[in-house]
Amino acid sequence: MKKLMLLGDEALAQGAMDAGMSGCFAYPGTPSTEIMEYIQRSELAAERDIHRTWSSNEKTAVEATVGMSYTGKRTMSCMKHVGLNVAADPFMNSAFVGANGGNLLAVADDPSMHSSQNEQDSRFYAKFAMIPCLEPSNQQEAYDMAFHGFNLSEHFKLPIMIRLTTRLSHSRAGVECREPMPENELKLPEDPNQFMLLPAFSRKKYKALIALQPEMEKASEESPFNWYEEGTDTSLGIIACGLAYNYLKEVFVGKTCPYPILKISQYPLPRTYINRIMAECDKIMVLEEGQPLVEEMIKGYMPNTKIIGRLDGTFSRDGEMNPNKVMVALGLPEGTDAPVPEVVTGRPPALCVGCPHSDSFRALNTAIEPYGPGHVFSDIGCYTLGFMPPYHAINTCLDMGASIPMAKGASAAGLFPAVAVIGDSTFSHSGMTGLLDCIYDKTNIVVIILDNSTTGMTGGQDYTAHNRLEEICMGMGIEKEHIRVITPLSRLHDENVKVIEEEFAYNGVSVIIPRRECVQTLRRKASKKK
Amino acid sequence: MKKDIILAGVGGQGILTIASVIGAAAIEEGLNLKQAEVHGMSQRGGDVQSHLRISDQPIYSDLIPMGRCDVILSVEPMEALRYVPYLSEEGWIITNKTPFKNINNYPEEAALYAEAEKVKNHLLIDADAIAKELGSPRSMNIVILGAASFVLGLNYEGLKTTIAKVFGRKGEAVVNANIAALDAGRKIAADKVK
Repeated sequence: MKKLMLLGDEALAQGAMDAGMSGCFAYPGTPSTEIMEYIQRSELAAERDIHRTWSSNEKTAVEATVGMSYTGKRTMSCMKHVGLNVAADPFMNSAFVGANGGNLLAVADDPSMHSSQNEQDSRFYAKFAMIPCLEPSNQQEAYDMAFHGFNLSEHFKLPIMIRLTTRLSHSRAGVECREPMPENELKLPEDPNQFMLLPAFSRKKYKALIALQPEMEKASEESPFNWYEEGTDTSLGIIACGLAYNYLKEVFVGKTCPYPILKISQYPLPRTYINRIMAECDKIMVLEEGQPLVEEMIKGYMPNTKIIGRLDGTFSRDGEMNPNKVMVALGLPEGTDAPVPEVVTGRPPALCVGCPHSDSFRALNTAIEPYGPGHVFSDIGCYTLGFMPPYHAINTCLDMGASIPMAKGASAAGLFPAVAVIGDSTFSHSGMTGLLDCIYDKTNIVVIILDNSTTGMTGGQDYTAHNRLEEICMGMGIEKEHIRVITPLSRLHDENVKVIEEEFAYNGVSVIIPRRECVQTLRRKASKKK
Repeated sequence: MKKDIILAGVGGQGILTIASVIGAAAIEEGLNLKQAEVHGMSQRGGDVQSHLRISDQPIYSDLIPMGRCDVILSVEPMEALRYVPYLSEEGWIITNKTPFKNINNYPEEAALYAEAEKVKNHLLIDADAIAKELGSPRSMNIVILGAASFVLGLNYEGLKTTIAKVFGRKGEAVVNANIAALDAGRKIAADKVK
């Protein structure tokens, strides 16, 4: 057995490959990106030709895993929490069609929003879809859960969610690895109707999914990742989920926790364990990363037991857990409470020196100045930093692809000019359908597709529309003369401003593509050449 | 043996290289390790930190509890101070003096140094100047690592071997420059701490 130092993301990736995965499908998103990146670098993946290229978005990624699972092979999709919103349709329905080959959905949540626009808790999605969810507490569990997850998936014939959070995804530790298993053989589903969701089938499938719930609970009770630790002081019992279990163990390092502990890393909740801790203990404290899912659920088990958690105000409703929050809640002495010295100022992220987006924003700012502020709808990516000084160039950021339909809505309301600013990778993720809406309606809109030839924010990944932006726009029906490619450079500022002004003057759909490569990927290529 | 280390700096200053050297050296000594990194948006010129925990016992939390950190190792003076709440009473703050100014309201350097000197165990060195003197300005991060080497609880020769491994792909000249940087940092720390 070899021991590797792996990020939580990488441990899951290695585990999935060692468990015989034949294909991984994903769109980059912090903190999940490193799962696919690790597979792309892996020798085993190259040897076996495991599918490992990026998908256009999370929806197509999940749909591709369902297709691979249909063939009997093991497969995994990976995304960040908000990516699961994009994939929600195939995800929810995949619980109905189920799995043939093992199907894992790895989703990395970002509590405290280190690099995200919200901190939604994906465990709610697993509960919503009524499928099992695995929540590793450390890197070794992330590795082992790939094996366990595929087995569960093939046992229940259901997709399985593996939920990671930032601090596990991006933390490295030693992981014991096993010998790689062979891949599954191609074998179509025994029931030819399994993947067919006509209402008549769906009604049966829903009943079957409901009927499976007690078995899923039983699997949680027998899971090697859920356990009960006895305690001598039953005035309090602690339910610790996923990563929060580590914080609990941390505050009692070198000592024994006096309270009974129920560690949960597999859902649905193991009912007999919950009943036991609630019967044994006077009060229950729930430690969970994210939203108060378990806390809300167990309130229904024994309504008279006092529950301590995020709902009673002991822990804040928002933000990630940490050892200090656990210490305070348990009344344990903290270390020092020195504040951050006042002299320290914030250092927000900013566009890199020489970033092509900065020249694009300067040109846009000049062209739009006569119209006053409030005309620019933007999107998710490095260029969201165009909101920051000195640019103040954009006014909105909602979700991947929202810039174009938001500008369309505003244009329909009479706002002129209405400008959408979207990155090339985001455009390929979910910008095209919004643009088609504008073309269909002949919306008076200027769409600026910032082409730095990479997915920049997540560290420079490929994307599916690379080198095809003009052809895509033309094919969708935009007139050739209103697809304008410019080079965002300060010496071309006046020219670029003129192009933007000309397209403001056109009453219809214009696309401007400022094209210059990301300075980060350019630098990386240069240092590789050396 | 337990060392909880916070590595601090600005995105792109090379703290993950320091982390990988310390990490590999710790593993070589058979110690347990956890290392939490920051990825994503903050890497674009924002403040970045890495929590690095090494111990001969099992390590649970990926994050260091506040007030329990043994060493803040920083390649930038203001970034060192950002993590003072994590430092234990006997903890060390070891930082580069050269500021990285990518914001308009960057404070006076003197005020930063004064604040760092309030910490009982502190070591401020001009790692940029030392690295430049050695003819390899990019090895500034390894100068800081050298300066911190006496509080990390790791075998010094082991750190050198690890540097040879980590930089091996980049050729002998880069390896030697970084070992010289490590030695220079260690020497200046020894002179100051005396």
